[in-house]
Amino acid sequence: MELIFERSRPGRGSDLLPPLDVPECPVPAQFARKQAPRLPEIGESDLSRHYQALARRAFGVCDGFYPLGSCTMKYNPKLGEAAAALPGFTGIHPLQPAHTVKGCQLVMAQAEYALCRITGMDRMTLQPAAGAHGEFAGLLLIKAYHRHRGDKARTVILVPDSAHGTNPASAAMAGFTVRNLPSTAEGLVDLEALKAACGPDTAGLMLTNPNTVGLFERDILEITKIVHGAGGLVYYDGANLNAVMGVARPGDMGFDVCHLNLHKTFATPHGGGGPGSGPVGCKEFLAPFLPGSALCGNGGDHSIGQVRAFHANFLVVVKALAYLMRLGSTGPAEAARGAVLNANYLKHKLEEAGYASAFPGLCMHEFVLTLEALKKETGVSALDVAKAMLDDGIHPPTMYFPLIVHEALMFEPTETETPETLDQAAQVMADILRRAKEDPESLHAAPHTTVVGRPDETAAARHPVVRYVFPEE
Amino acid sequence: MNIPNELQYTKSHEWLLVADGVATVGLTDFAQDALGDIVFVNLPQPGDEVSAGEALGDVESVKAVSDVISPVSGVVLEVNEELLDNPALVNEDPYGAWLVRVEQLTGEEELLDAAAYEAHCAEEG
Amino acid sequence: MGGYLPAAPEERARQYEALGLSGPRALYRDVPDQVYLDAPLDLPAPKSELEARQSLEHLAAQNVRFPTILRGAGAYDHYIPAAVSAIAAKEEFVTAYTPYQAEISQGVLQSIFEFQTMICELTGMDAANASVYDGASAAAEGVAMCRDRKRTKAIVSGAVHPDVIATIRTYCFGADTEVVVTTVKEGRTDLTGLVDDQTACVYIQQPNFYGLLEDGAALAAAAHAGGAKLIAGVNPITLGVLESPAAWGADIAVGEGQPLGLPLSWGGPYLGFMATTQAMMRKLPGRIVGQTADAQGRRAFVLTMQAREQHIRREKASSNVCSNEALCALTASVYLSMMGPGGLRQVGEQCFAKAHYLADALCALPGVRLRHPGPFFHEFVTDLPASADVLAGLEARGILGGLPLEGGLLWCVTEKQTREELDKAVSIVKEVLGIWN
Repeated sequence: MELIFERSRPGRGSDLLPPLDVPECPVPAQFARKQAPRLPEIGESDLSRHYQALARRAFGVCDGFYPLGSCTMKYNPKLGEAAAALPGFTGIHPLQPAHTVKGCQLVMAQAEYALCRITGMDRMTLQPAAGAHGEFAGLLLIKAYHRHRGDKARTVILVPDSAHGTNPASAAMAGFTVRNLPSTAEGLVDLEALKAACGPDTAGLMLTNPNTVGLFERDILEITKIVHGAGGLVYYDGANLNAVMGVARPGDMGFDVCHLNLHKTFATPHGGGGPGSGPVGCKEFLAPFLPGSALCGNGGDHSIGQVRAFHANFLVVVKALAYLMRLGSTGPAEAARGAVLNANYLKHKLEEAGYASAFPGLCMHEFVLTLEALKKETGVSALDVAKAMLDDGIHPPTMYFPLIVHEALMFEPTETETPETLDQAAQVMADILRRAKEDPESLHAAPHTTVVGRPDETAAARHPVVRYVFPEE
Repeated sequence: MNIPNELQYTKSHEWLLVADGVATVGLTDFAQDALGDIVFVNLPQPGDEVSAGEALGDVESVKAVSDVISPVSGVVLEVNEELLDNPALVNEDPYGAWLVRVEQLTGEEELLDAAAYEAHCAEEG
Repeated sequence: MGGYLPAAPEERARQYEALGLSGPRALYRDVPDQVYLDAPLDLPAPKSELEARQSLEHLAAQNVRFPTILRGAGAYDHYIPAAVSAIAAKEEFVTAYTPYQAEISQGVLQSIFEFQTMICELTGMDAANASVYDGASAAAEGVAMCRDRKRTKAIVSGAVHPDVIATIRTYCFGADTEVVVTTVKEGRTDLTGLVDDQTACVYIQQPNFYGLLEDGAALAAAAHAGGAKLIAGVNPITLGVLESPAAWGADIAVGEGQPLGLPLSWGGPYLGFMATTQAMMRKLPGRIVGQTADAQGRRAFVLTMQAREQHIRREKASSNVCSNEALCALTASVYLSMMGPGGLRQVGEQCFAKAHYLADALCALPGVRLRHPGPFFHEFVTDLPASADVLAGLEARGILGGLPLEGGLLWCVTEKQTREELDKAVSIVKEVLGIWN
């Protein structure tokens, strides 16, 4: 389809503003722009159709099953959208005087309170704008804490080899050295390796629980004890909180600091890649280091500073609060149980269909298949299977993650899917498995029904074209 | 697989040719095949110091990145700028598409001759 | 019905049965008893949708919405065309994840490609990314793009938004990079003698925090003379009328995209944008969409140059950014398409003219004067007596006055405010200051 620049015709556009009602006052020539930016010139009707065409070429939770592991693509209740569109929220300037923003402050306070109750943390900052942003802020709390105690030797963050890529990247951004911890064959933290890795240089350990292969670290109390014993702190990556919210709390497991992804666990939509929100919770002893804002205040006595301007991705917090109000005291656990039940149900169905799980037994909210044997047998890869799913209107699971599993497909169905949806998905997967054995070529060539086939990613990366090239160039 | 006899090799799949006190370094045929289509190479700048056994740069494929381990210690004399525009040369002609030339050599990693390297590759499968 | 579970309780019971499980505790058998919660959380009971909606409406009603906003300082009250919010609310965009699966995500990918192109057009740069969290984090990421082994110091203009300076400091605390904040001379950046061979970059803001126009070309020349890069934090709404940062020599342009069709929303979500030259393109953090083709030669878009990013490079990645502000970027693209080059120019001209109208009218009052000489865009600082009383007087009549700043007020005027509103504000100031004529 055409790019919006290709729809543009000189002279088109809309009258949106009244004429200037004060005396003209031209920008001084020294600063004036000499060549206008080539923005589209397009009428509203054409613009509307352009974006409708783009919307048809997008795939949201509204379009179908979205079992993208680690991303918690649950249904996004419309109440949140309605609340976030209230003019009493959208029309508020971030630097209004405090007595004119009581509603905003209450939204923040109520969300912080609920998230503290759910995580077992004492304090919460809603400032970070996404999960990785929260990781960065949380790790800076750890860094500031050790520095404040004058313990400059603690420069190492331990990260399991199964961790999300953001964990080591955030640790490096926060100035730490990353030491990778091997997982056991069972997919869990290796306690002996952890003991051996801990020492006077340990600043902390980053962990998801359940971990990235969808298993609950059953030795979690021992793990946090080992790290604390060595003088380190323990960081909870909240990406997988959906499995345990209301069922078990990171604060009770011994974690000192955590981040949450409101755009995962708390049902705020992901927007095709954001905006998210990544609140950071901590135990009381880390509170003095919490971020504030140069213009808005609120930082602790030894604040790490701030990781963005103003207060928070506020409207995302409003949506999450809408969800939290609906869930109340009992809903979080019901949601978590539903997520874990659906994951186990789908895992069971896929195993019945002939797929191999990377780890046997019960899982938490997500599970990982390994297609290594299938690939050896038929040449059909995890990528091929994922692409074939597109033809059946299912968003594929996360591919090739975690790195410790070969030919991995990671499924996270979430609690907001019905048993029929899971049954149908299992049927689709069974058909794909059959085709892998009978007609592998058709899978190598998948998808067949989408608006484009597999794009040439090598060409894209070798000779990047990252903006439209206008005809006159 | 192509393993020229006149070159020396590392276990991390770099090749090395030393002549007149200058070491030329590249990636082996085995390495380019394992990496797949190479889309970008990150190279040091002339004048940078490199150390044997440490990364001097990296090569990117679409979904992976791999360090290039320096077989020698010394100072970068020049880098192959052609690869910045045409990284595919590493795939097409791994022994022609050198990455860096290093001078003022002060040390080297454990190096293999062609036969030993071939055996090493066979082990890694 | 907690958690929006679609299946009926009996259906869930059948699922447990199919798995041979007695119930939830069996599902969570790996969770030790010591941490397993048996009781509900210490939170209010679940609310029905009607009750929750009423509670949220009640919260919104406790805020004061000012009909007239004469305050900016990083968040700007511009007119948002109706089509912008309508298009950005399309559920396919709102509920999609990051476009990992290109074949079913061409809509999101193309929208980002179009956004990148528009940011390149505004800034004059060669390449832009898909966005980062906000203008302040974009500034900090820009600084990180410039650092190398030999150059580890960042110089930041003292005339930059305080939250941006603080955010750069925080990121640099992480990376152990030295930050030097310049002195400010008559409201503008004073770089004299600061750039040395350790300096990685100089960060300036145009228009700066006080609303003033900096001599970008001179600052860029000073940075380049010392071998440093120049990063320009720009307000995109000005770029229909102000010269592009690339034209005056910036190596990296970043900024806060909120003025492009995003509501004030008490500070977020906003939109950080980043653009740079061809030479520095691969140092850009975060998602970047590129154009390519499928096997049949059809144009297709993909996330590209991914080997820069955290999910591949892990601890060696230069940034950890992953989720960004894609929907806000889409909103900005729709806004810019609605405005077109003519509309954006009109917005810029009206902001400029109306701000100067208000500044002239205020400074015609005895005791009120502009703090800084020289050209400004749509924000300016006045020194005036009794600024707290002035603000209270304005507030009582529905006007959010300028931001209190070192004893003065930092005012902002956009195309949205009418002459009538500006005259009303001036007459209230007169009244409060006891000026009768």
